[in-house]
Amino acid sequence: MTSPFFPNGEDDIADAIADAVRAGDTLAIVGGGSKAAVGAQTHARALSLAGLTGIVDYDPAELVLTVRPGTLLSDVQALVANEQQMLAFEPFDHGPIFGSPIGRATIGGVMAAGVAGSQRVSSGGARDHLLGFRAVSGRGEAFVAGAKVVKNVTGYDLPKLAAGSWGRVFALTELTMKVLPRPRVLATRVIAGLDDEQAIAAMAMAMGSQAEIAAAAHLPSYDGTALTVFRVQGFGPSVAARCAMLETLLTPIGRVEALSEDEAGRVWDDLRTLRPLGTTQPLWRINIAPSAAVSVTTALAPFGARWMLDWAGGLIWLVLDADVAVVRDAATRAGGHATLMRGDETLRAAVPAFHPGQPGLVALESRVRRAFDPAGVFETGRF
Amino acid sequence: MSLVMPVPDAGTLARRSEIVAALRAIVPGEGVIEDAESLRPYESDGLTAYRQPPLVVVLPETTAQVSAVLAWCHANRVKVVPRGSGTSLSGGALPLEDGVLLGLGKFNRVLDIDYDDRLAVVQPGVTNLAITRAVEDRGFYYAPDPSSQIACSIGGNVAENSGGVHCLKYGLTTNNVLGCELVMMDGEVIRIGGRHLDPAGLDLIGIVVGSEGLLGVVTEVTVRILPRPETARALLIGFPTVESAGQCVADTIAQGIIPAGMEMMDAPAIRAAEAFVNVGYPLDVAALLIVELDGPVAECDHLIEEVAAIARANGSVTLRISNDEQERTAFWAGRKAAFPAVGRLAPDYYCMDGTIPRRRLPQVLERMAELSKHYGLGVANVFHAGDGNLHPLILYDANQPGELDRAEAFGNDILRLCVEVGGVLTGEHGVGVEKRDLMPVMFSEVDLAHQQRVKCAFDPELLLNPGKVFPQLHRCAEMGRMHVHRGQVPFPDLPRF
Repeated sequence: MTSPFFPNGEDDIADAIADAVRAGDTLAIVGGGSKAAVGAQTHARALSLAGLTGIVDYDPAELVLTVRPGTLLSDVQALVANEQQMLAFEPFDHGPIFGSPIGRATIGGVMAAGVAGSQRVSSGGARDHLLGFRAVSGRGEAFVAGAKVVKNVTGYDLPKLAAGSWGRVFALTELTMKVLPRPRVLATRVIAGLDDEQAIAAMAMAMGSQAEIAAAAHLPSYDGTALTVFRVQGFGPSVAARCAMLETLLTPIGRVEALSEDEAGRVWDDLRTLRPLGTTQPLWRINIAPSAAVSVTTALAPFGARWMLDWAGGLIWLVLDADVAVVRDAATRAGGHATLMRGDETLRAAVPAFHPGQPGLVALESRVRRAFDPAGVFETGRF
Repeated sequence: MSLVMPVPDAGTLARRSEIVAALRAIVPGEGVIEDAESLRPYESDGLTAYRQPPLVVVLPETTAQVSAVLAWCHANRVKVVPRGSGTSLSGGALPLEDGVLLGLGKFNRVLDIDYDDRLAVVQPGVTNLAITRAVEDRGFYYAPDPSSQIACSIGGNVAENSGGVHCLKYGLTTNNVLGCELVMMDGEVIRIGGRHLDPAGLDLIGIVVGSEGLLGVVTEVTVRILPRPETARALLIGFPTVESAGQCVADTIAQGIIPAGMEMMDAPAIRAAEAFVNVGYPLDVAALLIVELDGPVAECDHLIEEVAAIARANGSVTLRISNDEQERTAFWAGRKAAFPAVGRLAPDYYCMDGTIPRRRLPQVLERMAELSKHYGLGVANVFHAGDGNLHPLILYDANQPGELDRAEAFGNDILRLCVEVGGVLTGEHGVGVEKRDLMPVMFSEVDLAHQQRVKCAFDPELLLNPGKVFPQLHRCAEMGRMHVHRGQVPFPDLPRF
């Protein structure tokens, strides 16, 4: 494997792409490498954007932040926290999922992987917060899309393609994101002892209520106990009123208790690091309609699966050693899709990370990728 | 009119009766409209300055019919313009002389409502408000609320990525759509997204929303529905200067408050609205702000005091707080009637739609006043203050020779100004034909080519809604040619964004 290429800017990236196209090589775009173990191993030369760092523009009152892709996620989060703001899609560092420490994830990386935390269910995903970008396409051309204002419909919404593209369409060189005020108060309420079905019903009730739940998750075995957690956040009087509302609503299902700040912090943190699921078994990320989640967990439980439900049941994090086909079957039958997020090299070489799609959709997606990358310079075989 | 549309294809025009017959074979009965009188209602959309009767109108009722119509048109190289309710303010549904107008009005059923998963599956002809009507008895609603929501269709909302007064808090259409059924120009039917969050591969639903009918025809949409907030309260605040009103908006957001709606009107708009609906708007202020808060009662009661304090600190001269639903509605009445109210000031008005960074508002309004003098045309401003989306209403009289052209020139200058201060050409109305030729103000040729290649990935023959969005549609074969550039990027000095 050749050494990574560290461009200093768009011209360098264009050069690297031109060289690769001419030589018939491919380039693997990387940020901090915190998610390098997702997808098949590739021998493509790495095009590292880790050196493109820094804040380009941040105007808290406009709710708009422009940064270079190699900027560390932790730096971006510290910057906006200092202004009492947040990235509302709650991006997180995947390091711990692969047994590595936190600290390598870059903002370009989390955006390219479409990473969103528990708050995704109420505040939107990475896609909903990328307003604009600069990038170099597989044609070696720098271009812009979107804009630096929060409301814009001028031209195609290419930022949506960037979020979750895993470096397969273009190399981002600058990202403009929407930022939002950080809630002043966070409160977590918990019900212990529910099974999956009861938990899904409780979460559906809560999400459909006027309690404005920010996040809802179910951990079937948390230190031996099933926990269903609800996060309420905002201004003090509002949080108090909504917690009371939630308690009245859910008491018929089970006893609603408050978690201390420390306890709550630990639970929500564990939903990001996936600590309860360990770091060794193959890990799946299953996106599904919440009401279909139980059909998936019920189908996979006999194979020894263990899981946690986030996004009110719309996201299943699941570990399982058994045949991968059962996972994809269960997800397909339930109308969702399963992404292989972690596995050994052999498994990742044999099983595509992304759920196989319908042929027409796959062909269309491939044409869209080719629109930006006609020579397939970013098609490294990783996905 | 200065608008240049693609040159009609003489061969297609000559084959009209054959095309009508082919469409009749697919869509029987009254689903094909061809006589001149019946075509007239379709000759324009909400941008009435431009009119063009279509070659023929077809109103299919099933996805299979849409697919068959598109497949036939594709095989016969006939252009197609999709249309929802025809309320576009940018000419997105403006017909082509040599194009079939494909109306989705008969797709008017709500197919499924799932309260547990908080979504509704609807056909594209269902109106925006009808979605809310279908779920409100269970306490839910569909959040994006364009002002045309009584009439505009969800299919049109998807095409235009429609917004509304509540989108700073609740997002535009794109943030509220989970999936769709899409018929490609060659007739292929594809399902994108689903009932879950985030797709398996590229976010194609994200690119379809806001594509202005150029990528495919949507025949089914899955939208998210939300529980209706417990209550809503509003403040009506008058300021002696636009600057102080703007500062109040900035300070509100800096305090961590994202109101459900935050609307500003300038003096001409206030006067017009008050004269029209008489709801007690103050006439001695330079800017009027309506701030609406929604959520639990405890939250609204708390925040309304915080916003009132911020307003006073910024020198508000009038400040009223709604204590009941009637009062809240009264505060909104003038704003909601602002367009027709301004419409009474002149025979015609032209509604613009740029977004600017909010802090540039005073400067933009000042420059707009100069332009108003220069063109000799009045202008009133309503402004979605929270998200910087500005709607200048230019007053003119289409019956006076040259006034429409002057109004358009004035409007174009305003949009150039929006881009110059760091904003965009359109915040929610779309590019359509209206802002098509201004696209190079915001995007370089290279930027536009990257967008157009997406169009080519969906519709390589450029048969679907040509003449919209792109100032020039290059042939896809030409666009696809690969020139990988080394080093120096093209147009290095061109200011971006």
